[in-house]
Amino acid sequence: MLARTEPLTTGHEKIVLQIGGMTCPHCPPAIENALKSIPGVCNARVNLANASASVDFDPTRAKVADLLHAVRAIGYSAGTAKVRIPIKYMHCSSCVVRIELALQLTPGVLSARASLATNAVDVEYQPEQTTFAELQHAIESAGHRVAEPKPAKTPEEQELSPEEVAQREEYRALMRKFWFAAAVSIPVMGLSYPDLIPGLREWMPAGSETRRIVWALLGVLSVPVLLWSGSQFFTGMWDALKHRAANMHTLIAIGISAAFLYSIVAVAWPSLFPKMSLAEVFWDVTDVVVALVTLGLALELKAKGRTSEAIKKLIGLQPKTARVVRDGREIDLPVEEVIVGDVVVVRPGDKVPVDGDVQEGSSSIDESMLTGESMPVDKQIGDEVMGGTINKTGSFKFKATKVGKDTALANIIRMVKDAQGSKAPIQRVVDAVSGYFVPAVMILAVLSFVAWYLFGPEPRIIYATIVLVTTLIIACPCALGLATPTSLTVGIGKGAENGILIRSGDALQTSQKLDSIILDKTGTITRGEPALTDVVVASGRKEEEILRLAASLERGSEHPLGEAIVKGTEARNVKLADAEGFTAIPGQGVSGRIDGHDILLGNAKLMRERNIVLGALVNHWEQLAGEGKTPMYVAIDGQPGGLVAVADTVKPDSKAAIETLTRLGIEVVMLTGDNERTAKAIARQVGIERVLAEVLPDGKAHEVQKLQLEGKTVGMVGDGINDAPALAQADVGFAIGTGTDVAIEASDVTLIKGSLQGVVTAIEISRATMRNVRQNLIGAFGYNALGIPVAMGVLYPFLGLLLSPIIAAAAMAFSSVTVVTNANRLRFFEPKRVVS
Amino acid sequence: MTPDRWVVLVLGLFLVAFIVWFFWLKQTKGVRAAETSSGYQEVMVLVKGGYTPDTIIVRHGKPVRINFRREETAGCSDKVIFADFQKSAELPTGELVPVELMPKEPGEYAFACPMGMFRGRLIVE
Repeated sequence: MLARTEPLTTGHEKIVLQIGGMTCPHCPPAIENALKSIPGVCNARVNLANASASVDFDPTRAKVADLLHAVRAIGYSAGTAKVRIPIKYMHCSSCVVRIELALQLTPGVLSARASLATNAVDVEYQPEQTTFAELQHAIESAGHRVAEPKPAKTPEEQELSPEEVAQREEYRALMRKFWFAAAVSIPVMGLSYPDLIPGLREWMPAGSETRRIVWALLGVLSVPVLLWSGSQFFTGMWDALKHRAANMHTLIAIGISAAFLYSIVAVAWPSLFPKMSLAEVFWDVTDVVVALVTLGLALELKAKGRTSEAIKKLIGLQPKTARVVRDGREIDLPVEEVIVGDVVVVRPGDKVPVDGDVQEGSSSIDESMLTGESMPVDKQIGDEVMGGTINKTGSFKFKATKVGKDTALANIIRMVKDAQGSKAPIQRVVDAVSGYFVPAVMILAVLSFVAWYLFGPEPRIIYATIVLVTTLIIACPCALGLATPTSLTVGIGKGAENGILIRSGDALQTSQKLDSIILDKTGTITRGEPALTDVVVASGRKEEEILRLAASLERGSEHPLGEAIVKGTEARNVKLADAEGFTAIPGQGVSGRIDGHDILLGNAKLMRERNIVLGALVNHWEQLAGEGKTPMYVAIDGQPGGLVAVADTVKPDSKAAIETLTRLGIEVVMLTGDNERTAKAIARQVGIERVLAEVLPDGKAHEVQKLQLEGKTVGMVGDGINDAPALAQADVGFAIGTGTDVAIEASDVTLIKGSLQGVVTAIEISRATMRNVRQNLIGAFGYNALGIPVAMGVLYPFLGLLLSPIIAAAAMAFSSVTVVTNANRLRFFEPKRVVS
Repeated sequence: MTPDRWVVLVLGLFLVAFIVWFFWLKQTKGVRAAETSSGYQEVMVLVKGGYTPDTIIVRHGKPVRINFRREETAGCSDKVIFADFQKSAELPTGELVPVELMPKEPGEYAFACPMGMFRGRLIVE
């Protein structure tokens, strides 16, 4: 959400707008056309890679607001930040107008709306063009003052989210209903079977008036169970019926109503039955089924709440306050009022409130909550810090670069939520079934009633009723419906806990069956920046001396190889000297004078031209070059001094991660634009056999495709910007994270921590989650496929086995709780840490 | 076959036919989303036992905003998923939750709750 304007010579202005929501190559032309159609816009160019539009326009004819409006009108988000500034003493509508006008005249402000109701003004502005101080100045120029910000809430004052309150309330309500139904069930169960209990048998013999009165009383007792404890079944059924749909509630409601109605008839009009023994009551069925299923719903609700624990933890990381420097004073602000450009102070033990760059001081920061990396990370001036992480040791100040919904943490939360709401392809099986499931069960129940009535043993009406009720109650559409989404929620949450953002159920499901993984070399296997690796000295020289001379000479150079030498030397605590007469010799090296000596640093060509006899050093040079390094000769006063070599070094855990991938049965391929020799050298170090070297940047996607044509499911690991086409081509694209820029669109999986270990963990999580999903689906399908026929009495002709509706209710309640509990088992997943 | 058996058989078959007709042979007329001045095609959807309306007709190439309002507490409907658009939204009870989509190709797209009990269709012309 940044924008930048620079005046052009012709009275035109150029502005760069950040555009959100661009996902495909068709988007840029659409946005360009929309922008160009505005009168006053001369040119517009949209860059998909960095999600920005650069527009040349005539400010007298077109306003920035028009540009933004045009972009938004075609469905993209464009550029600005909003802030609410509290105003002191704003009483009248003329104040409102004055403040609004003053703000609107400030460059960079697009709209300002003050309200007497809130005593605040809402400003929409472009963060790069204006600062808080300027906004404040504008308000003061209108004769008003910015009110002291209200003190921010402390964590203890933070109450639960409305959803959590609602969920907790619903759980309590269900439990109250359960306890009532359970309490009624006990006497009803006993008194419904007087013939089985000595004493009762004599007191209320079959057919007696006493028994009828007792049973009638039990019926009265069961009415509130049916209508209060079981109310959710009836309201649920009714809401669905209005849409001509049926759900679990429909089945339970019909089942318990059937049992209840039969009992009413048995008590009220026993003479309707041909035999007295048929006039039985099923109050116990109604009460116990209501109690068990309600308990099941309550337990399921509780367990389902636990599946989203990971996202709740992430949301809980969001800091509430920030200590910001304004007018030279440090003040505590609610984090929502921090704007881009604010300088934020962080003390030891504080949470970093928003994203930004360190400007002053240094510290080490615990980023484990976002990256999964347990070691604290050192931060120096210029380093990026992320909101939500915890400052451990030092104090520092940083400049806010991303606030509100743009921070890395907010993006992570949004991405995890989106992913948890997506569907895995395996879910399609369930979707195909679920639309037909409940009506099909109802049809089966009716058919088995008819069959039992036509062909069953006497008393037919009782058997047929029991079978009808049992079939309706045992069927459990919930277990089927819960099987995939609950596991997915836990699995994706688990990924986020380990610094791995899995973008969709699709990516999660595909990751488990990857045959090949292509690793980009630079920045993925290696650190992506050269480092000093070797020093070789000619006889009579010291290592420290050679390093000191080489580094002192290179200090003036801005070449990355030179920087690597300087950095590596400083790391060895060698003091550098000043060089005189530094000269860069293009394509050869550098020369200069240090402490009165003539120093040369460069390649063989440079040495040859200066007539330096290299002798034994040539062999060392060959050997180092063979290892994929870049060696450079050092000559002192025309004599060979030694060699220094730099190379892009392998990340410490790359080797172990690649070994683990191979052990998981995945072929690992290295892809690089580098020459074959360098590529092979790195591949040897980390244990990769298949190397695709000298691949041009445009050819990477093609290499992925070639592997796919071998019939393989291919994963590609690379950085999200340069490798975007290859990541998109791969079946699963893993983007190696770059600090706070987590919203990388081309990738299916984003690894926040830039380590290959994340790929291993992502695959492990994917395998564990999909195993869990399969267990759930097999369990849920199997349960219904076995339970429904048994309830219909299929086994009765062979084994004489018929289920009681009460057992069916217990099984049904248990099955959906089991599915959710099994999904919750994934919470205990721990990634295997490979030690190199 | 005794007469009571005939009665049960006929009633049973009638009931089966009724279930098939009532639940499976329903035809719903879609509701066309209204176009607002801001260029969106907007429509309100009530979430209670199902989606009302459950068939929404829009035109392709223009952004769509569907405002969901959930008026029940049943656990299943607390999310709505547009699988084809890779979009989902949480629907806290009583809150108006807008879901914005950009249908590029004409066709029929389903939306549903995570368990697939509530279903709706977005018809893009």
